[in-house]
Amino acid sequence: MSERAIIATGIALFLAAACFPFYRNAAAPPRPLVLPLPAGERECIAPVAYMRASHGDLLLAWRDRVVRSGERVFTAPDGRVRELSLTRTCLGCHEKAAFCDRCHDYVAIGPDCWNCHVDPRRPQ
Amino acid sequence: MKITRQAFLALLAAAARAFPRPRRMAMAIDLAKCWKDRGCTRCSQACHAAHNVPQIPDRRREIKWIWKDRFENAFGEESASPAVAGAPVPLLCNHCEHPACVKVCPTGATFKRASDGLVMMDEHRCIGCRYCMAACPYGSRSFNWSDPRPFLRTIDPAYPTRTKGVVEKCTFCAERLARGGQPACVEVCPPKAMVFGDAADPSSAVAQLLQTRHAFRRKPELGAGPNVFYLL
Repeated sequence: MSERAIIATGIALFLAAACFPFYRNAAAPPRPLVLPLPAGERECIAPVAYMRASHGDLLLAWRDRVVRSGERVFTAPDGRVRELSLTRTCLGCHEKAAFCDRCHDYVAIGPDCWNCHVDPRRPQ
Repeated sequence: MKITRQAFLALLAAAARAFPRPRRMAMAIDLAKCWKDRGCTRCSQACHAAHNVPQIPDRRREIKWIWKDRFENAFGEESASPAVAGAPVPLLCNHCEHPACVKVCPTGATFKRASDGLVMMDEHRCIGCRYCMAACPYGSRSFNWSDPRPFLRTIDPAYPTRTKGVVEKCTFCAERLARGGQPACVEVCPPKAMVFGDAADPSSAVAQLLQTRHAFRRKPELGAGPNVFYLL
């Protein structure tokens, strides 16, 4: 076989392999992640769109209110008074492994909340 | 508009009442009561369980919020008469009036709360520089040289653990005070040797004790103004 043919075959194989993710996604587009919601609860402390987009900012604001200002409770938009607590309020409903971790894995971010804060369902 | 002197004074008094004096939380530890059982470690056990403080066997890396040391180590050789030398004294963060740790902290991670004088620790902002540990004259602060979780037999999920690279210390149980409780050590102490309250309120139990008993503090000459008092 001539050198030209070998090189052309090599380039073709390389392109086929390099473009594999594109074919694969074209064949079966990635499905959006569906997260399990707490049974028996109809709404989070704020509307879903806000929670989806801004729960990180919300938690940072809570953190500063508790740690810096000593405020421990707040009134949610639905009128319920709740504790400003990741462990007790958020994880009181949501399951960390099935809810927080799954989505954070999906979008490939690693918040460092859990270096210190503890999942009450799996304390160790 | 003319205002009489009397009305002016009444207005001033009303304004002063509208801005209540900040509280100054303090603790008085009655050593005579504490020494009824010199081997007792209930205060540190309760505190360390409530706050997920790890038991690290290597003393260079140990973490402690409240612990006991010999009288002469707490108050100096010259103040330890033979009657008290060697006696164990409970030690913890003094929640100073003028905390050196707060002055040196470059990130504001440790701060003095204006409302009640607690010296607080915000581990979120701590960068682990340990200036506060060098500044604190009482050795009240500990550094996490490694992840503390492997050294915790049980974790209470109601309170966060700490992480590698941050400093921690006693917070006078700010989380329990917020719910109207008392610090864990005060609550658990079998002879009720510890009394905690607002020293700025003359009717509080701690203020009464400080009025009527001989109270002394650790290293008063430094001017830090510790809010942990010892009674003898």
